[in-house]
Formats: sequence, C-alpha cells, structure tokens
Amino acid sequence: MTKWYRENAPITADKLADELMRLKRGSVTRRHFLGVTGLGLATAVLARQPGLFNSAAFAGDLGTQMSIATWPNYHDPATFEAFTAATGVAVEVNVFGSNEEMLAKLQAGGTGWDLFVPTNYTISTYVKLGLIDELDMSKLPNYDPSTENPRFTNEGIVDGKTYAVPKNWGTTGIAVNSSKIKTPVTSWKEFFDVAMAEADGRAMVHDYQLTTIGNALVSLGYSFNSVKPDELAKAEELLIKVKPHLYAINSDYQPSMRATDAWMTMCWTNDGAQLNRDMPEIQFVLGKDGGEIWSDFYAIPKSAANKAAGYALLNYLMTPENAVKEHIANGAPTTDSRVLKLLPADVTSNKIVYPDEAALTPLEFGAAVTLTDPGRAELMARFKSA
Amino acid sequence: MQAAMNTKRNLVTAALVAPAAAWLCVFLVLPFIAMLVFAFGERAPEGGYQAAFTFAQFANLPTRAAAFWNTLVLAPAGALLCLLVAYPVAYYLAVKANPRYRLILVSLVVVPFWTSLLVRTYAWMYILGSRGIPNLLAMIGIEDVRMLNTPGAVLLGIVYGYLPLMIMPIYVSLEKLDRRLLEASADLGAKPVSTFFGVTLPLSLPGVMTGVALVTILLLGEYLIPQLLGGGKVFFIGNALVDLFLQSRNWPFGSAIAVTLVAVVVVVLMVAMRIAWKVAGTRQVDLV
Repeated sequence: MTKWYRENAPITADKLADELMRLKRGSVTRRHFLGVTGLGLATAVLARQPGLFNSAAFAGDLGTQMSIATWPNYHDPATFEAFTAATGVAVEVNVFGSNEEMLAKLQAGGTGWDLFVPTNYTISTYVKLGLIDELDMSKLPNYDPSTENPRFTNEGIVDGKTYAVPKNWGTTGIAVNSSKIKTPVTSWKEFFDVAMAEADGRAMVHDYQLTTIGNALVSLGYSFNSVKPDELAKAEELLIKVKPHLYAINSDYQPSMRATDAWMTMCWTNDGAQLNRDMPEIQFVLGKDGGEIWSDFYAIPKSAANKAAGYALLNYLMTPENAVKEHIANGAPTTDSRVLKLLPADVTSNKIVYPDEAALTPLEFGAAVTLTDPGRAELMARFKSA
Repeated sequence: MQAAMNTKRNLVTAALVAPAAAWLCVFLVLPFIAMLVFAFGERAPEGGYQAAFTFAQFANLPTRAAAFWNTLVLAPAGALLCLLVAYPVAYYLAVKANPRYRLILVSLVVVPFWTSLLVRTYAWMYILGSRGIPNLLAMIGIEDVRMLNTPGAVLLGIVYGYLPLMIMPIYVSLEKLDRRLLEASADLGAKPVSTFFGVTLPLSLPGVMTGVALVTILLLGEYLIPQLLGGGKVFFIGNALVDLFLQSRNWPFGSAIAVTLVAVVVVVLMVAMRIAWKVAGTRQVDLV
C-alpha cells in the first residue's frame, strides 16, 4: 500500500530541496514555497496544537485525535493522512476480524471509537441494544441518499431513522491461487473438498462465524443464514472434519495468500480485487451454490468520545472525490452513483468488483439472527477449540 | 510508653502495606469476585451476562477439553524445553564466562526482552513462513516443508519468548555458587561430570524450580504465541477465553473457564513451590 501513500504525498524529497533552493535564492516568494510544498497547510495544522502557536486557524473544535474501528486492508492510508492534514485530527485505526468482535467490544464499553464499520445484518441489533446513535444528517451534507442504491443501503435505516450510511458493498467468495491449485473451484462444496485434497494444509477459513459457518451450510445445500440445530450440527461435523487440513483460521488472509503460505481462502470482494491486482494468478470466484452478499456501513457509537471528529471524518469520506480514492485502493464496489461516475473504466469493468447480476442471484444477505444466535456462536467456539 | 510505640509501629506498617493491599484488592480480588459471580450466571440473549444461579457453565467445561489438554501439555513441555536450552547458557554466563564480559553477556540475554513480544513473534511468522526457512530448504531440494501454524512452531515461539525468564533465575542461583565447593569436590577425586551432578546441579535447583514455575504459570495463560504461530488452530485456554468473550460473548462460560484456570494455576504453583523448598532445604542441610 506504500505506493498509494507515495502517490498522494504533496511533494517529493528532491522537489522539496529544489523549491527550498529557489526560495533561498529569492526566485520565489515565501507564499509560493509554503503553497507548493504543503508546508503552509502543515503550519496551519500545527497552529491548532494548543500551546504551540496561539491561533485559532480552524473553525469548530474537532480535538486532536479520533479512533475508527474497521476491517483489515479496507482503507487507503492516504485518506486518513489527508484528513489529518486538513483538520489536525489524527486517526487511530483499529482492525477487526468479525462483527461479533466489534459487538463484544461495544457491549463491554469503553471502546473509544468515534466511527466504526458494521456490516448490514448487525445494525438492527446495535439499534435494539442502544449502542449506536441516530445520525444527525445535517452534519453530513456530502451524503446524498438519492444517489445511493437502496438494495445496499436500506438496512442502515431502522424505523424510518438513519443510523448508518453505506461504505461499500461486496461479496464473500473464494480466492484461489491457480498456479498452485489445478482442480477447478466454483462452489463452496468444491472449496471444502479441495481443502481436504489438493489444498491440504493450504486453505484458510475466516475467524468469523457468519461466513465460516454460513459457507459450510451452503456447501451442504442449506441456507447461509440457517440457525436450525440439525443443519448446524451437519455444518459443525464438516468443519471439524476439515479443520486438521486447514492452514489457518484467520480473517486477515492477505499476508498468507501473498506469501503463498496459503493457496485458497474465503475472501471478501475488496481483498479479492487487491490480491488479483498484484498477483494475477490469484483468482476470485463466487460460489455457484450460494454464499454472502453484503454491504458495510459507517455508524457512530453512542459512547463515542469525539463525535464531532467522527462526523467530520464521515462527511469527508462521503465526498465523492475522497470516496473514489478509497474505492480504487480498496477494490470494493460502491453504492453511490456519484462515485461510480468518477471511477476509471478498468475498475468498473472488473468482474471481481462488479460481477454479472446472474452470479449474484444465489447469494444471500446475512440475517440479523445469526449475530446473536447462541447456537452459531458456540459452534464457532467449539470448532476453533476442537 | 511501650504501648504507644507499638501503636506507632503498627500505623507505620499499615501505611506501608496499604498501597499494595489496595492495589491487590481493586485489581485482583474484586475482579475475581466478579468473575466468580459471572461463572454461575447465564449468557444474555444478545450475549454478555444475565443474573442466574446455575452450574451449567461448569458442566459445559468438557467441551473445552482439547484446549485444556493443549495448555496442560504444551505449557510444561515448553517450560522443560526452555530449561534444556537455558541451563547451559546460564551455566556458561555464571561459571565459564570471563567476569569482565559477564555484564555485557547478561545484558545481551535481557535486551531482546525490551522489544515487544508481539513484534518478535511476528518476526518468527516470516522466518517460518513459505518465504523463510522452507524457501531455503527448497533451494537444497527439500520441498514442501511446512513450519508455520504447527504445534512445533508454537513450541519454538514459546521457548524463544520465555528463554530470558528461565535463564535469569538459574543464572542467579549459579552465580551464588561457592567455588570452594567445586574445588573441594575435585580435591576429593570427583570427575567434572560427577561434580556437576553432585554439587552444581543440586545447588542450582531452587533457581531451576523458580524458572520452571515462572514459565509454566505464564504459559498457562498464553494467548499470543498460539494465535500468531499456530494460525488459530493450536488452541490454548487463553485463546478459548478470548473467543468466548470477544466472539461468542458468552461471559458466564468464559468466567467459568477462567476460574477453573486460576484454580489449576494455584495448584501447579503450590506443588512447584513445595518441591522447590523441600529440595533447597534438604540440600542445604546435607552440605552443612
């Protein structure tokens, strides 16, 4: 990801030295120097540090830091750096492997998050438990509900109130390193079969009940969202049978896939696009027997300490010009038609990111019941400790 | 007069003990009581805790038998492996090393400890991963070796991570060793090997027992190393606890396991200390 950071840097080291010499020679004005090097902005940012310079350059008190909880490999680091440069608010990024873990942290309290990224099926529970705030839309002028695709955004609205706004949508498919695995993998049934044969010791499943149990259920011909005890028992049997053949149980699978320690993994769209972009031999396929389609949202915890900064960052991310950079870096499809228009054609024509409608038909959105169902929670814990 | 002085002395003692007592009470006793209460409760419908009085959580303990078994086997195994590696190092440092360089050598053991265990364990992920040692082995024709995410990798990480904790107590007990005893042993005709087993080793046993107890107890609660080097497949009790609190949100069951783990640690500690004292005590009497 470093290359993205470099591309967005205001100036290169060589260029800075050049400009500094020009300033010293008197060829350019101080104003020009501060402008081209970005130091003018940096000075303005520093000016906000209390006690450093006594000046109030920025309107509104956003504080000096905030915290966001999100997913692995999910943002362009340059986005947060640009936000910090513009507002003086440093962004601490916390990465999670499952919605259950985010919920557990919020239930326990004291997370310190000012913004977080829950998935569609969790929002109604967060509202029910009183863990998130209804969003004050007047603080999000850059968000435009009329340009959003309601298929992916309606779960952010509970009882007519907007509690969350969409980040992007995506799918949960299979990433396969085709230079290592020759058997075709086109379904979850084949995923688990190959994991116990050609990919023995090289396949990964998520550390996440929804997808790991859900895809095991799909491979057996059941619904992704089933909570029926007899169907869950069959899924557990399959998972325990597969476990000794797995490389790892981990939702951060990119490092292992890139190092070719792992050859096949359950994979989210954005990771599939990133892996395929850098290593074309890693292919991303959707299970023809089913699987998950999802959308991720931004929401603000009721317990947030710096809500002003949470809203500021959210509004910043809802600006199409900023969002488009996120989408190019992270590879997930957008829900916003304004952003879609700005995306380059090689992104919008990428079948990993924007698959044909027919490939999406067998997929299911996660259901709220799976988040809190004790049967699924305990199954996952038993599978891992077996 | 005497009574007044006693009262004053008691007050001073109380003042000195108070901070430690308050610390233990707030950060050990109270949380433990909360955990004990939780352990008899029920999981709330959305996760967390709801009040109840049931032994169901303890009845459910056998479902985590594999995690308990892994912990109870790999923790002592890791401690013993640590001991095998640490003893020669400590012996060299305390007995053989040139005293002039001793301080530097001891610092070399301790300094890596200043780097976070997380960072050092992450480094092992790259050494043991496909691009590390297996890649080198492939160059000399040994293909398809898997090291990362195996029990062996976890054991290696444990020995690496805990080595300084084992070396230091042994080093301290060997350093106090009276050299005249070794000379006496040699004068009386003992070969170096029998001097080692008859004099040096027994005298260093308190250090050995302290090291083994320290490492075993810490290992019983280990979470990080199995998580990173075991790929979420080699499961310790610590990992089961993290799962129950952070994924299943089953606080009562997690509490029941934690209480059970504390009970196991206390028993292991008591047995270890009893043996250590007994060995240390009798040996001293023998030598006097």
